Amino acid sequence: MSSENGKRLPETDAAGLNFEATELTLGLPGKSRVTSDGGAKLGSKRGFSETVDLSLGDKKDTNKLGQTQSQIDAREAAPGSKAQVVGWPPVRGYAKRGKKSCKYVKVAVDGAPYLRKVDLEMYNTYQQLLASLEDMFSCFTIRNFLNEKKMDQVNGIEYVPTYEDKDGDWMLVGDVPWQMFVESCKRIRLMKNTETVELAPRTPPKWSRRS
Amino acid sequence: MMNYFPDEVLEHVFDFITCHKDRNSVSLVCKSWHRIERYSRRRVFIGNCYSISPERLIARFPGVKSLTLKGKPHFADFNLVPYDWGGFVYPWIKVLAETGIGLEELRLKRMVVSDESLELISKTFVNFQSLVLVSCDGFSADGLAAIAANCRFLRELDLQENEVDDHRGHWLSCFPESCTSLVSLNFACLKGEVNLGALERLVSRSPNLKSLRLNRSVPLDTLQKLLMRAPQLVDLGIGSYVHDPSSEASNKLKHAIQRCKSIMSLSGFLEVAPRCMSAIYPICGNLTTLNLSYAPGIHGNKLTKLIQHCRKLQRLWILDCIGDKGLGVVASTCKELQELRVFPSDPFGAGNDAVTEEGLVLVSAGCPKLNSLLYFCQQMTNAALITVAKNCPNFIRFRLCILDPVRPDPVTNQPLDEGFGAIVQSCKRLKRLSLSGLLTDQVFLYIGMYAEQLEMLSIAFAADSDKGMLYVLNGCKKLRKLEIRDCPFGNAALLEDVGKYETMRSLWMSSCEVTLGGCKTVAEMMPSLNVEIINESDQTEFNLDDGQKVDKMYLYRTLVGHRKDAPESVWILGDLTRSEHHEPSLNDMIQDMKLKNVSGDDDFIIWESNNFKLQGNFSVYGYNPFIFFFHPVVGLGVVASSCKELQELRVFPSAVFGAGNDVVTEEGLIRR
Repeated sequence: MSSENGKRLPETDAAGLNFEATELTLGLPGKSRVTSDGGAKLGSKRGFSETVDLSLGDKKDTNKLGQTQSQIDAREAAPGSKAQVVGWPPVRGYAKRGKKSCKYVKVAVDGAPYLRKVDLEMYNTYQQLLASLEDMFSCFTIRNFLNEKKMDQVNGIEYVPTYEDKDGDWMLVGDVPWQMFVESCKRIRLMKNTETVELAPRTPPKWSRRS
Repeated sequence: MMNYFPDEVLEHVFDFITCHKDRNSVSLVCKSWHRIERYSRRRVFIGNCYSISPERLIARFPGVKSLTLKGKPHFADFNLVPYDWGGFVYPWIKVLAETGIGLEELRLKRMVVSDESLELISKTFVNFQSLVLVSCDGFSADGLAAIAANCRFLRELDLQENEVDDHRGHWLSCFPESCTSLVSLNFACLKGEVNLGALERLVSRSPNLKSLRLNRSVPLDTLQKLLMRAPQLVDLGIGSYVHDPSSEASNKLKHAIQRCKSIMSLSGFLEVAPRCMSAIYPICGNLTTLNLSYAPGIHGNKLTKLIQHCRKLQRLWILDCIGDKGLGVVASTCKELQELRVFPSDPFGAGNDAVTEEGLVLVSAGCPKLNSLLYFCQQMTNAALITVAKNCPNFIRFRLCILDPVRPDPVTNQPLDEGFGAIVQSCKRLKRLSLSGLLTDQVFLYIGMYAEQLEMLSIAFAADSDKGMLYVLNGCKKLRKLEIRDCPFGNAALLEDVGKYETMRSLWMSSCEVTLGGCKTVAEMMPSLNVEIINESDQTEFNLDDGQKVDKMYLYRTLVGHRKDAPESVWILGDLTRSEHHEPSLNDMIQDMKLKNVSGDDDFIIWESNNFKLQGNFSVYGYNPFIFFFHPVVGLGVVASSCKELQELRVFPSAVFGAGNDVVTEEGLIRR
């Protein structure tokens, strides 16, 4: 990719200033100033990539030029990823601003060989969450107190959604308002119905009482 | 002719001069004006708490009632400054208390405020009325409780973005029943719970309450009750705003909101369900200020519908999830818009609904009164900036932050020099500028050439060489604050004109190329500067090799020498370089020079003593005052060392003779 030496915007030409002549570059004359990734010019100023703190806790190393090439390479290799630079972006109390929070919790299903993770912030209601969990573990069915009869029972096993709260207790999903649940939920476990027979509530959870 | 007016007349005239810069100028006209201004000054602004001491403040302004102090450097906001760097307010309070000053108002920014300080304030200053804390830390709810309990005439308690340890929410209950004077209460930044009953009662007995900003813990039903009791509110900050639009609670809220016909400023929504926003449509038509930057998740048409109701908006702070389209709605609706701030909601993510140059161009086209911008975006082009510069030549503050700090113009792959160049060329009133994106020395050439009114400049990951910094230092005559990070500026730039730093409040350089030796040289040449090196590494011994690059340097002018409260991670240069010679060095001689007006002549300019003291007997050196203009510190040092017989010295400010720059500032430094 060649640098666009000839192209200048009309306004600047009209001003009569020959910017090219005053343009400061480092490096050999005639060498293209712009690298293929459009990023830091090789061999010139210490650019952003050199200061990226890729090695945790060792700030000194980011200043050494010896890391330049490898860091630029790393950056080129993963153009989508952005390593964190101390104090960037320059926003005060960044973490407290209305940053889209995401609350990922592990979801375990009895009998499944591995766990999944869901972002509770993606949902607004219990219904949405359970529907999504069903999609994730599509070969199982989740006991849905609201629509018990409607669930397809593929293999005859029902699961009861439970969660571990901040105090470490295992609770039935659905008793508290949704937002409160999101805040206190640490992980979710879909228990096999056979285990929960004695725990099956006589009164259904709060959210299922709304018509 | 001035002498024909009695003092009272002049004092009355000076009452109309409220801006501190103007009052500083007034005080330099002549001896009597200086005296009258001094005794009648009520409000003092000190931009750097280490530039002057409380004793000197009181000596000059014994009638001070309102004090503004700023502490940590700006980059402390971004975690670049150690938490214990300094900026303690307690020494100030102690001295003010001991000397019987009738303090009524205290405004602090980036300072460390202890509970002890707050208690001392509350118990000492009988007429204390206003406490404004911005980006401070070091106190807890106990300190707030003291203020609430003891300040009988408290009008304003305004806490903005402070780090407060408020695990105990009792402080609100500490306002006595007799406290009915509150005009402004802002506790939005507190994380803990508050006593809701106490809050309701407090608001009920505060008929003058105009500004109320709640924290997240205040639920909807309390909000509704508060609004019913305070329909006269002008400024409202909502805490929690989650409700079911079809519920009874929501209806009650709508009714309460509609009664508040005076609300012009709305903020908060610290916890919000987007579908509830319709309840506030009735008051949107009056809003001049709207801050949704703390409200997560309001976007899309919920946001645009809201904006469409706000035709009178002058100031808008939002998150970038508004998107370019949303900014288009702003452009077509908010024709009175003056200030826009777009904050990043997710800088490390894909940023799909973040803003780009398109949104900015739309706003610039639709909002001709725009003069203040803070814009975090994914990308920017030169063409867009040039268009913006044409559309909005009135920018006073222009702060652009491209989230990827060295991103070039994505269309042309060029640096953004031309774009920013167009901004500084077009916006002749520009006072504050923050740069980002891929930038070469060229942009600094433009800044030095065109940014004549520039007072504050923030630079990161820019430039190719020392030339960049030199263009700025040589060109921007009104520069007061310069903060630089991760740029290839070294000793050559730093040392080219050290006298310049005395005309500025401060200079910050981190992760640049300056070395310890270079910083030492500045300290040696300029005794009126504190040159601080911040070294947070784990090394047990700071490497004293002059060739060592300095991680963080912060220098600032001061009249009171090295501060004594620096932590271990901060080294103040000069302590290391003081030599133990027989003869006093130049530095020693010009320490503590005290100058009096020997002639007693009202027509000559009195010049307040600084840290200069002439020792011994001196005779008149020469009567040409202009020799002192070039460099007052070094110049006077030359006088002191060569004119052993000097008896009389007259120093005139260059402004009287129409030449030179202002060295005088809010700290009352000598004129250059």
